[in-house]
Amino acid sequence: MGQFLGRRALHSGIALIGLILAVFFLVRLTGDPTDLYLPIDASLETRKEFAEKHGFDRPATEQFVVFLKDVSEGDLGYSLRKQRPAMELVLEAYPTTLALAGVAMSLSIILAVLVGAIGAYRPGGVFDRISSIASLAGASAPDFWVAITGILLFAVTFRWLPTSGTGDWPYWVLPIVVLMLRPFGLMVQVVRASMLGALASAYVKTARAKGVRETSVIFVHALRNACLSIVTVAGDLAVGLINGAVIVETVFGWPGVGKLMIDAVIQRDFPTVQATIMVTATAIFLMNIVIDLLYVALDPRIRHQ
Amino acid sequence: MTTAEQEALIIRRKTPWWSLLARDKFALAAALWLTLMFACFLLGPELFGKAATTLNLRARNLPPGSTEHGWLMFLGGDALGRSMLARLVVASRNTLTIALTAVFFAMIAGGFLGMIAGYVGRGIGHVIMRFADVLQSFPSLLLAVVVLYVLEPSVTNLIIVLAITRLPIYLRVTRAEVLEIRERVFVDAANALGGSRYHILRRHITPVVAPTLLTILTVDFSIIMLAESSLSFLGIGIQPPEITWGLMVAQGRNYLSQAWWLAFFPGLAIMLATLSGNILSNWLRVVSDPEQRWRLEKPRTGDE
Repeated sequence: MGQFLGRRALHSGIALIGLILAVFFLVRLTGDPTDLYLPIDASLETRKEFAEKHGFDRPATEQFVVFLKDVSEGDLGYSLRKQRPAMELVLEAYPTTLALAGVAMSLSIILAVLVGAIGAYRPGGVFDRISSIASLAGASAPDFWVAITGILLFAVTFRWLPTSGTGDWPYWVLPIVVLMLRPFGLMVQVVRASMLGALASAYVKTARAKGVRETSVIFVHALRNACLSIVTVAGDLAVGLINGAVIVETVFGWPGVGKLMIDAVIQRDFPTVQATIMVTATAIFLMNIVIDLLYVALDPRIRHQ
Repeated sequence: MTTAEQEALIIRRKTPWWSLLARDKFALAAALWLTLMFACFLLGPELFGKAATTLNLRARNLPPGSTEHGWLMFLGGDALGRSMLARLVVASRNTLTIALTAVFFAMIAGGFLGMIAGYVGRGIGHVIMRFADVLQSFPSLLLAVVVLYVLEPSVTNLIIVLAITRLPIYLRVTRAEVLEIRERVFVDAANALGGSRYHILRRHITPVVAPTLLTILTVDFSIIMLAESSLSFLGIGIQPPEITWGLMVAQGRNYLSQAWWLAFFPGLAIMLATLSGNILSNWLRVVSDPEQRWRLEKPRTGDE
C-alpha cells in the first residue's frame, strides 16, 4: 500500500513538473507583456526597466531557473496586473470556486444516485425512459447557452433571480444549476448502468429471498457495489467541473479561479497563470490519490500492488 | 465461440441494423437529425452562402415566426438583418468540420500511441502514459486556452488543440484493451508463426480494438463539439468573419434582452447535435452488446 502510494505520488510529481514546464514556456510564447502593461508611447528606458524588473529580458531558460528557485522558497511571483503576490490572488479566488464546485458536485451525486437507482429498478419503465432522455439532454446542453438562456428567462423576464454577481442564495441558484447539468447527466447514466448490473446479481437475489425490504436492497446492497464506478466517474467529472467553472464564472461574473485564469491568460499575466495552474494541478493530483484510497475503503477485494 | 456470441451472430443475420434503428424512435430521430446536419455541412455554404451574408436592414433583429421577408427569415434576422436560418446552415460546416476532424485525429493518434504503450516495451510505454497523465489531469479548457493563445486561433489550430485534449481517452482505452488482447491465444499463434509486431498489431489487434474506439468516437463527437463552442463562446476559438454555432451564441449574447433568438437558436442547434450524437452512441452500444441487444429486438408488447 505504502509502495503504491509512493509510486503514485512519483508519477503525479513527474506529470506536475511536465505540466509546469509546458505552461511556463508556452505562456512566454504568447506575446510580450511589456507591450500590454506600458503605454504605447513609453520610452525605451521604461520598457527596459519593466522587462528587467520582471526578468523578461533574460532568456526563457534562465527565467525558469529563477522561477524554480523562487518556488522552492514558496514565492510564486508578483501578478503583473494587480501588483500583488500571485499566490494571494489564487488563494483569494479558490474559496469561491470550491464552494460553487462543491455544492454542485454533491447535489449532482445525490440526485444522480436517486434518479439512476430508481430508473434501473424498472428498466424500460416510464420513469426510466424520461430520466434517461432528460439526463442525456442535461449532459448534451452547452453550459454557456443554458446559462444565458437562464439569465434571460429567470433574471430578465421573470425577475426572480439576479443576473450576475455573488451574494445570498438567489445568486447561487443559476450558477449551481448550470454547473450541475453535465455531471448530473453523465452520472445518472453511470449509476443506472452499474445498478442494472448490481440488481441482476446473485447477492441481490439472496437478499430478496431473505426478505430484505426493497428500499434497502436497492440503496444498501446494490448501491454499495455500484459505488466503485460512481466514484471513478465522479473523480473525472470533478476535473471537468473546472471547465464548467470557467464558463459559469465568466457568464455570472464570479470572482473565482476560472475567471482569474482566463483573465490572466488574456492579459498575459504570466505569474498568475503559473500560480493558478500549479495550485489547481496539485489539488487534482491530491484528489486522485484520495480516490485511489477510497477504492480500497469501498471494496476490500482491491489491494493496490 | 461462446453460445451468447453464436446467438448474437444468428440474431444479427435475422434483424438488419436499419430495422432495429427504425424501431427505436429516439435513435431514428437522432439519426435523421444528424443526416440533415451532414447535408447542411456538405451543401450548406454553396446553397445558402449568399443569403447568409446578404444584409437586409429592414429585417434587422426581425423576430422569428414570420415569413414577411421570405421563408429564409423564418427564424428571424440578426443585428445586421442577415437570415438566421441561412447563417445557421452555413455555420454548420465549420462546426462539423472541427468536431469531426478533431475527433478523428484524436482517435488515430490516441489509438496509435495506446497500441505502442500496450504492446511495445515498457520504457516508451511509461513515457506515453505520463504524457497522458499530464493531459488528463488538467482541465482541458484551460489547456486549450493557453495553447490557443500561443497559436493563432484558426480552424486548423483549433482542431489540433481539441484533438490533443481528447487524445488520452483513446490512448488509455486502447492500451487497456491491447494489454488484454495480447495474452489471447490467437496472438500467441500469430507470434509462433513468426508474425512481426507490426503485422500482429495491424492484422490481429486493430480489428478487435477498432469497434470500442468507434463507440467512444460517437460520444466524443459531442464532447468535442461542446468544447469547441465553449472556446468560441469565450472568444478564444474561431474568430469572425468565420462562424460556428458557439461564436453565434457569443455574438447573440450582446443582444440578449432585445433579440433572444440570436443566442437561442445556435445554442439549440449545438444541443440537438450533441444530444443526437449521445442518443445514437447509446443505441450503438446496446446494438453491439450481445447481452443487451435483445432489448431492442423483442417484439413490442402492449405495456410499452
